[in-house]
Amino acid sequence: MIFIPLWQRLLVALATVAAILLALPNMFYGRVEVANDARASIAQGLTSPELEADAGLWPSWLPSGLINLGLDLRGGAHLLAEVQVSDVYASRMDSLWPVIRDALAADRDTVGFVTREDGPPSELHVRISKPEGAARALEIVRGLARPVASLSGGGSSDIEVRAQNDLLIVNLSEAERAATDDRTVQQALEIVRRRIDEVGTREPTILRQGADRILVQVPGVGSAQEVKDIIGTTAQLTFQPVVQRTSNKDADPGAGNILVPSVDEPGVYYILDRAAVVTGEDLTDAQPTFDQNGRPAVSFRFDPQGARAFGEYTGAHIGEPFAIVLDNEVISAPVIQSAIPGGSGIITGQFTPEESTDLAVLLRAGALPAELTFLEERTIGPELGADSIQAGKNAAYAAAVMVVLFMIASYGVFGAIACVALAINIVMIFASLSLLGATLTLPGIAGIVLTMGQAVDANVLIYERMREELRRGASPVKAVQEGFDKAFSAILDANVTTFIIAAIMFFVGTGTVRGFAVTLAMGVVTTMITGVYVSRVLIALWFARTRPKTIVV
Amino acid sequence: MAWRLRLAPEKTNIDFFRLQWITFGLSAVMMVASIVLIATMGFNFGIDFKGGTTIRTESTAPVDVAAYRDALDGLGLGDVTITEVFDPTFRADQHVAQVRIAAQEGVEAVTPETIATVENALKAIDPAITFPSVESVGPKVSGELVRTAFLSVAGACFGIGLYIWMRFEWQYSLGTVVALIHDVLVTAGVFSLFQLKFDLTIVAALLTILGYSVNDTVVVFDRLRENLLKFKTMPLRDVMNLSVNETLGRTLVTSGTTLLALIPLLIFGGDVIRGFIFAMTFGVFIGTYSSVYVAKNIVLWIGLPRGEQAKKVSSNKFADIDA
Repeated sequence: MIFIPLWQRLLVALATVAAILLALPNMFYGRVEVANDARASIAQGLTSPELEADAGLWPSWLPSGLINLGLDLRGGAHLLAEVQVSDVYASRMDSLWPVIRDALAADRDTVGFVTREDGPPSELHVRISKPEGAARALEIVRGLARPVASLSGGGSSDIEVRAQNDLLIVNLSEAERAATDDRTVQQALEIVRRRIDEVGTREPTILRQGADRILVQVPGVGSAQEVKDIIGTTAQLTFQPVVQRTSNKDADPGAGNILVPSVDEPGVYYILDRAAVVTGEDLTDAQPTFDQNGRPAVSFRFDPQGARAFGEYTGAHIGEPFAIVLDNEVISAPVIQSAIPGGSGIITGQFTPEESTDLAVLLRAGALPAELTFLEERTIGPELGADSIQAGKNAAYAAAVMVVLFMIASYGVFGAIACVALAINIVMIFASLSLLGATLTLPGIAGIVLTMGQAVDANVLIYERMREELRRGASPVKAVQEGFDKAFSAILDANVTTFIIAAIMFFVGTGTVRGFAVTLAMGVVTTMITGVYVSRVLIALWFARTRPKTIVV
Repeated sequence: MAWRLRLAPEKTNIDFFRLQWITFGLSAVMMVASIVLIATMGFNFGIDFKGGTTIRTESTAPVDVAAYRDALDGLGLGDVTITEVFDPTFRADQHVAQVRIAAQEGVEAVTPETIATVENALKAIDPAITFPSVESVGPKVSGELVRTAFLSVAGACFGIGLYIWMRFEWQYSLGTVVALIHDVLVTAGVFSLFQLKFDLTIVAALLTILGYSVNDTVVVFDRLRENLLKFKTMPLRDVMNLSVNETLGRTLVTSGTTLLALIPLLIFGGDVIRGFIFAMTFGVFIGTYSSVYVAKNIVLWIGLPRGEQAKKVSSNKFADIDA
């Protein structure tokens, strides 16, 4: 008899049953998916007879975790965006200017008049009219610096100032840039997530990648362009006073002003005051609507602070035009007819109904802190994915048949036992992938098929050892025990090295390669379990049943 | 005695070192040839590594590559490649082609307008055409991907070397790593020679080959270590031969089952992963070869200190090799 402690036998039996239950939902993928979706809707408070019926498609006491299908299998859009973090430096400088101006104005006797000069966007150039006051001016501006609000930047201040005669040059310190970059990407990630959630696509993947990148994967979308329309727009909305309307695109806007083109009227430009009255950040809500002429428009509502600022400005500037600016383009520039105290209004322009819906979504979700540029975009059609799944399935069946035949031809009963262990192995891979909510990709399917070929390696090592022991004249029981014991070190080494490879692939790889790494790693773990423990229990059971005097491996 | 399929006789006594100068020379020649090929011909990089756009087209009408080319040449997109894709898994009325557009000057990702123009131009010739996949990669990302691909292969070799060093001796580790470099280099050389498309999945395949090859090598080394303790006075070369002979059955059966699993994938797995599967299939051959003919030759070359005999053996280990 081959002695295996009862707890080990029970553990193997338990693990096998658990694996079968966990893997089961994947056999009924479509049905379980519908049921899960219905349950999610019910959990959100929605309910209808159809939803209840859908939820009943899969018994709730069974596990319902599914393997996520990767984009290459399900179809969808994949985008890699880079956040233009340096955009934020310029707006930081813009907001710093009034502060510096006011601080220096308090010491006008020493530094003279201050003016802002043009410089690179990430620097603020300030000229003072009395060069001899430069030292004092430096001191004042340095006094405005604050410590960097981050863990790594402790001790350093947020701005750096240097003086060239009568010119003060202010820029963000290295530490502050790093902290700002991090915040910008976090914010952008949050905004992207909110926008995609607003549109209501299912199971999007939105991840930060590296220092300044965002990876977005949306299954089931027809083209990457649709996703880009939603996440690629900055949606920076501002209400700015109009200084002048012009048709000269090279017009000099003058200090403190900017020149902005009109969206709907080609060749028309507006000179606007750089300082916005209110911005999109003050919005609490935006909805698509229609104006009194029945044209698509977007209605909005300000928060109390925005409502007050807007009310005060409109009250003081009746009869003057103001501009509604979206991403540096004037959507419309109405003339203020009366004070608008309620804090709500509508934006009209030449919108299509789709555009007004999109704009409302964008305004609700908030503006991106910086522009996104797209480095990578992939669209995969659902049919191609379905074809790939079918091809993968066919190949897997063919591979399974071949491996089973080969193993039985090579090792007889023991080969059959190895195949049972292999079947349990495959079930365990699916179970662990479902449990982890891992993503299965086409190379991932290949990884599983490869595992089929390699998983039996553990059994082969053991069986070859058993043969050697038998040749040496060992008894069947002794041969089995020696086979397992002596082969273990080689099996362990072989699997640990494969695991190292899988780990490296997971950390450096992306997308489909990652999917492959996950299945490979899972395969290694389950192979160790089934190859060594499950097959040992199976062999012990076979011995207990047949009590062989001699065995042929 | 029940019948058993045997890929190797029960007991073999092959002298794997008899032809070592030929096999070793062959390996050296293949490695040098691969380096020369890669240096001169380079790779047929996919968009992952070179940037650009690939559009997969599918239609019920046969692909007329010349017509496609005429339609696209006028668009001023620079380098455009059109290849028809054939695959045994396609339906009779399924005609697939791959249109590849080189990365546009100074643009991070191909603009949607470019893709739309291409799609419209193709729709004009064949109204039934659909575009199952459109992928663009900007030059910035592709440059980084080349670097990470290289680093991941190098990192994997290093990680494995470290592990083998921990579990065995540094001599084994060196032998393993040389064998791994051999496998990767020769596989890459084949991709360069036949100008097969080299993309990210091929890197994954290369890494898997590393895993497979090291697997094989470790099994031989494991047996070698065991036999070295058992036969303390037998010359290293003979112990090695014995170890390889003893594990030959397993080596062939495992290669066999792995190939049996891979070949259906190669045939029925579809054209999307064919390159990937091809690399792995090739890797199984080269990995098996290298564990038998490369890794342990390196170890033999360096020599191994052996227990209490370590001193004595190290003084005449070169005699062992010449014997």
